[in-house]
Amino acid sequence: MSGAFRLDGGAIERDRTLAFRFDGQRLTGHPGDTLASALLANGVRLVARSFKYHRPRGVFSAGSEEPNALVELRSGANREPNTRATVAELFDGLEATSQNYLGSLRHDLLAVNDLLAPFLSAGFYYKTFMWPRSFWERVYEPAIRASAGLGRLSGEADPDSYDKGFLHCDLLIVGAGPAGLAAALEAGRSGARIILADEDFLMGGRLNAESHEVSGRPGAAWAADAVRELASMDKVRLMPRTTVIGAYDHGVYGALERRTDHLAAARGKPRQILWRLYTKRAILCAGATERPIAFGGNDRPGIMLAGAVRTYANRFAVGTGRRIGVFTNNDDGWRTAGDLSAKGVPIAAVIDVRDVDPATAVADARIRMNSRVAGTWGRHGLRGITLATGERIELDCLAVAGGWNPNVHLTCHHGGKPVWRDAIASFVPGDRLPGGMSVAGAAAGGFTTAGALADGHRAAVAALGELGLAVATGEPPVASDEATEAAPFWHVRESRGRAWLDLQNDVTVKDVEQAHREGFRSVELLKRYTTLGMATDQGRTANVLALAIMAGLTGRTIQETGTTAFRAPYTPVPIAAFAGRSRGKDFRPTRLTPSHDWAEGRGAVFVDAGMWLRAQWFPQTGETHWRQSVDREVTGTRGSVGICDVTTLGKIDIQGRDAAEFLNRIYANGFAKLAVGKVRYGLMLREDGIAYDDGTTARLGEHHFVMTTTTANAVLVFRNMEFARQCLWPGLDVHLISVTEQWAQYAVAGPNSRRLLAKVVDPEHDISNEAFPFMACAEVSVCGGTPARLFRISFSGELAYEIAVAARYGEALMEALMAAGEEFDAVAYGTEALGVMRIEKGHAAGNELNGQTTARMLGLQRMVSKRKDCIGNVLSERPEMNRDDGMELVGFKPLSSGDELTAGAHLLALNAPADTASDEGWISSVAYSPTLETSIGLGFVRQGHTRIGETLRAWDALQRSDVRVEIVSPHFHDPDGKLLRA
Amino acid sequence: MIIDHPLLGPRDAAEFVYLGDACLIDRPDPGDENAARLFHDYLHIRDNPAGEHRELWFHEHGDRSWLVVTRNTLTHEIVRVELARDVALARGRDR
Amino acid sequence: MRYSVLQILKEGLTGNRGWKPVWREPDPKQHYDIVIVGGGGHGMATAYYLASVHGLTDIAVLEKGWIGCGNVGRNTTIIRSNYLLPGNEPFYELSMKLWEGLEQDINYNAMVSQRGLINLFHTDPQRDAAVRRGNAMLLAGAGAVLLDREALRRKCPFLDFDNERFPIKGGLWQPRGGTVRHDAVVWGYARGADRRGVDVIQNCEVTGFDIRNGVCRGVETTRGAIGANKVAVCVAGSSGQVMGLAGLRLPIESHVLQACVTEGLKPAIPGVITFGAGHFYVSQSDKGGLVFGGDIDGYNTYAQRGNLPTVEDVCEGGMALMPMIGRARVLRMWGGVVDMSMDGSPFIDRTPVEGLFFSGGWCYGGFKAVPAGGYCLAHLMATGAPHRVAEAMRLDRFMTGAVIDEKGMGAQANLH
Repeated sequence: MSGAFRLDGGAIERDRTLAFRFDGQRLTGHPGDTLASALLANGVRLVARSFKYHRPRGVFSAGSEEPNALVELRSGANREPNTRATVAELFDGLEATSQNYLGSLRHDLLAVNDLLAPFLSAGFYYKTFMWPRSFWERVYEPAIRASAGLGRLSGEADPDSYDKGFLHCDLLIVGAGPAGLAAALEAGRSGARIILADEDFLMGGRLNAESHEVSGRPGAAWAADAVRELASMDKVRLMPRTTVIGAYDHGVYGALERRTDHLAAARGKPRQILWRLYTKRAILCAGATERPIAFGGNDRPGIMLAGAVRTYANRFAVGTGRRIGVFTNNDDGWRTAGDLSAKGVPIAAVIDVRDVDPATAVADARIRMNSRVAGTWGRHGLRGITLATGERIELDCLAVAGGWNPNVHLTCHHGGKPVWRDAIASFVPGDRLPGGMSVAGAAAGGFTTAGALADGHRAAVAALGELGLAVATGEPPVASDEATEAAPFWHVRESRGRAWLDLQNDVTVKDVEQAHREGFRSVELLKRYTTLGMATDQGRTANVLALAIMAGLTGRTIQETGTTAFRAPYTPVPIAAFAGRSRGKDFRPTRLTPSHDWAEGRGAVFVDAGMWLRAQWFPQTGETHWRQSVDREVTGTRGSVGICDVTTLGKIDIQGRDAAEFLNRIYANGFAKLAVGKVRYGLMLREDGIAYDDGTTARLGEHHFVMTTTTANAVLVFRNMEFARQCLWPGLDVHLISVTEQWAQYAVAGPNSRRLLAKVVDPEHDISNEAFPFMACAEVSVCGGTPARLFRISFSGELAYEIAVAARYGEALMEALMAAGEEFDAVAYGTEALGVMRIEKGHAAGNELNGQTTARMLGLQRMVSKRKDCIGNVLSERPEMNRDDGMELVGFKPLSSGDELTAGAHLLALNAPADTASDEGWISSVAYSPTLETSIGLGFVRQGHTRIGETLRAWDALQRSDVRVEIVSPHFHDPDGKLLRA
Repeated sequence: MIIDHPLLGPRDAAEFVYLGDACLIDRPDPGDENAARLFHDYLHIRDNPAGEHRELWFHEHGDRSWLVVTRNTLTHEIVRVELARDVALARGRDR
Repeated sequence: MRYSVLQILKEGLTGNRGWKPVWREPDPKQHYDIVIVGGGGHGMATAYYLASVHGLTDIAVLEKGWIGCGNVGRNTTIIRSNYLLPGNEPFYELSMKLWEGLEQDINYNAMVSQRGLINLFHTDPQRDAAVRRGNAMLLAGAGAVLLDREALRRKCPFLDFDNERFPIKGGLWQPRGGTVRHDAVVWGYARGADRRGVDVIQNCEVTGFDIRNGVCRGVETTRGAIGANKVAVCVAGSSGQVMGLAGLRLPIESHVLQACVTEGLKPAIPGVITFGAGHFYVSQSDKGGLVFGGDIDGYNTYAQRGNLPTVEDVCEGGMALMPMIGRARVLRMWGGVVDMSMDGSPFIDRTPVEGLFFSGGWCYGGFKAVPAGGYCLAHLMATGAPHRVAEAMRLDRFMTGAVIDEKGMGAQANLH
């Protein structure tokens, strides 16, 4: 059995039955059903509770505008809160649970809010909960939060996968109703590359919901044929279950395609795809959304939009009640009476606010013209209505027809405002549409099927013309026209009880009146004060009603009153869909150096350095603490020789007749006179005079240099150098290319480094101290002919080299170096030992070169040549950056040798209070120095170089540390640099 | 957004990195006696127009061209795209 | 009318018909002692503190649209005083203290909710910087706690601790950080200022300044000329345009910052959490929506809208950090135009035009600064001297080199 409320006909597969559960109750439906239609078919009317007053609510609409029927769909980690039952396709085994109550859906304890409603009117919370002060976070807010919110997240990671895709087309058609299908047929037959997207799983739009005929056949059948024809066209891409969510710049649209939401399980397929659609033209055929009328008690389950009642009857073959009434201000409402009556559903009454002749005859119904519904009754579902005259009519479903609002949403995404059209009492798209967009059909305010077909066709012909494509047929399909006469009517003044506007957020006419009374009269303030239109449906059925009422209160026209801004997305989109595959380990790419596998094989611990993974240290058997490994690596390097992978340094190849001059302007220090075969340490400033990167640059030839940058700044330095080359000095003959990934590079450091390298570098290259002194460089070969570059540079302070080979030989070179080093007990060292040695040597690194420090602060002021122009030279002379009491880089040692320094500690005079005014600087980097056998640090302190020997407090209250430190020279190890030159 | 690259045709703006006002091409003469003021204004002070804006974009994930894009800051409409090098040369920048 | 639970009961029993306008809607006078351009958070707070602290009430606040409909109604509602530099931290700490007493001060519940704010770190250098910052906060009396990975796991078990691309090493927690109901702030200040005699004038756009011999004597508006002894401009987002009317060019660019809110959900996230390895921060509103955002789009714009790649980038950060939010649906995304200054820090200063004052350059952080921004601008205008905590926020700081560059990104507006 598929439900007591099933009718004949409809677009459901009756011969297949789908089992599902709602709140544990086992029910059945058919393919083609939504959860809402299946619930209604089973007579389930109470499906949800409202946000604020926890009022009982039922299905209100048959589409994505649904304010009421929100459920938690699926279970476990797959739970989707706030899912609209009206668009959730039924599948076998579907599980849905009602939400937002305490106790049970039928007996919600939070419904007490409804009894307190007089005290919970618009903005009541701004006027109370202020005493005592601490109660807000501890008492009031937790209570409000627990009662607010709607559905629950599962608390578990989303188990599904999501994809992103990119599509290009001549013409995007948004919506596959009569206008969209007519447009697509014309454009498709004309050979245009088109995408036809519709949020529904069944294309056809209102043609599936109405009983009209198109070209002499039932509308739904015509639509099915049109879709079949379009599907046969090569250049047409049909995208059902695809919501165009936003119009972005330059013809780009975002769209969400639901791929497996209609299946019981995704089975490894992506659940949804976020498409970026690149379009030349777009036609918006998004149709219109019906609006209700505000009257007393208009929120009970069973009170629905009249068009939705027709949709359920015609498309889903569901009668939404046993005795249905219609309350309308237009002829369209009468069609509900007609269609339902034709399906054998008794119509109890038709109440029309207009003083006109009835549009049609309806058998056995009470017809009340110039009448209003003023109240309703029925606790968990509608049982009857009371007219303003006092007449009571028993019924279980009231179809409300207040007119239609064109879905102008996407037309406003570029700041356009809709304009009010009196003739149809609706907002229609304004003239500031997103570039390339046109609008057709009901979305443009044409509410007849015939008009929509013609308008879609017209829009397609116009777009084809703009695209320079020939029109194929030129004739639109035809349909019987129907009346759309409507009288603007918003609110029954004689209402008994509250009249709802925003059903989900419980905003009533009284709230709007109060907002008006308190001065919140603009629609923007009205929205913010009452929360009107801020629910999951964005007020699609509520807003126009509310602003019409506000217009009436203020004496302004509806046009003057205006709408709030329409913002993407058109319907809500899961966060995971925007993220796609970029989550977990795939959040960002991982860059590995050529000898990564080698390091992994040696048990290296890795650390993130930007996108790179670098070996941090290499634990050996018996080492239980990282410090043991690092100390060993430092001692081994300083004692004999160590090898470190420095491939991640940025490398830039610089060539051209003016390369030297170019570098002279990029670096603060001079490079013009660097000899071929020599390397120089260079400091770069930003144009604002702040130091931002350092590295070495080697002159391999008269017109050929190779630069290294820090790992962190590789991309930035290259970008800035291209800027200087192309924009500042376009006349210089210089060319740049990033070669970071082309070269694997290794530091070989320590007193035995030369001896080790002599075993690897081919013998024809003399690397003796005399032939290859400190700061020499050369192109050499290694391991019997493999080209390499050798630089005698040192970051560790030892006799040291860096050797580079093509990336594909990186791992082999690492192995060769380690093999050659075996006799010297060579150690592989990681970034941690590298850091210890650079601190011992007093080199600034990222913690010191943090974008806030000047060359002067770093003690490098002599490197800023004043004899030439370079980036940053002029502004580095600004007075506040050159104060005599400025911060300067110094070293620190604990006064008591057992104390440990901490990076991030601030420096205070011994007797100074701990406050901002007493702050004299900070410690930027610390290490345990196995060489000095003490904790050491680098940092900045006011006038540091004049204060060597002074004692300060290193104040780190954050980590409960407060250590006395002595200011020392930052050069802890070999301050004279004898080892470098050995 | 889509930037119609003079050499490569239309490319998604996500391939580019934005710098700012194209006035950054006009680096002052460091030898000028008012160099401090000139560099201050050059680096910091902006017209920040509501309307047409000439601005620098770097095709970082592409051919590494710096471009001067003329774009409306109210509508995002792009009316012209030039190679920044050509613009710089035309504005008298050389060596 | 004093707001209280008794008043609510009384009104509730009489149909809520007795509520009065929260602020009057007077016509502008021809002359005021002080005219404040901009009826947003900063403008309204300035008026309020001029009236309440300095006893100056001959004041008009001119708003081109409706009050509170600019950035104060468009931000992600976060308050914090977790700054590093001495030019900033005491200012934001003053703001925090003012937030803490705001509701009792203005008799309006702006829902100041100090549920805490955590900035996560993922590398050792980030940790070092967090410690330095945390200690700077402690020195300024702002409070800070360093959380290690285990402490974080207890507080936020939903963070991805198992499959992270950039493992979380810990976080810097400011327990006093949190959120505030942003719209209510401006309404509360407006109410407080109005009750002290300040004229709040809506739909009154300033179209020019009356400047004679280098002295500002008033403004031209769409509702006529209004004279003033002093004029303050508080229109962040449009600073370049409005100050341009006074012939001034600024070290500011206008950029769009996007933010998103999800559908309402039962409580899922405590306080505010900021990712340290991507552009993402999130909090949950009292209504239950996850309010989140990230970086600015990065190009100059006055259009209050951004593009998809930025939103995707933000959501990628969100999913990388807390994959349990994947099935929460983004209900609405919006963009606000912000004043990005050249060092990422704001200005509260007099200008080269005598009698013309300026507050702007708030980047994406103007909301949390509303109380102190108003307090300090009021102090400057009333006493003629900058408030102690805002002394560094000068317009000429790029000339002197005394920049306040928290991020160390230099003079490129979109990097801050």
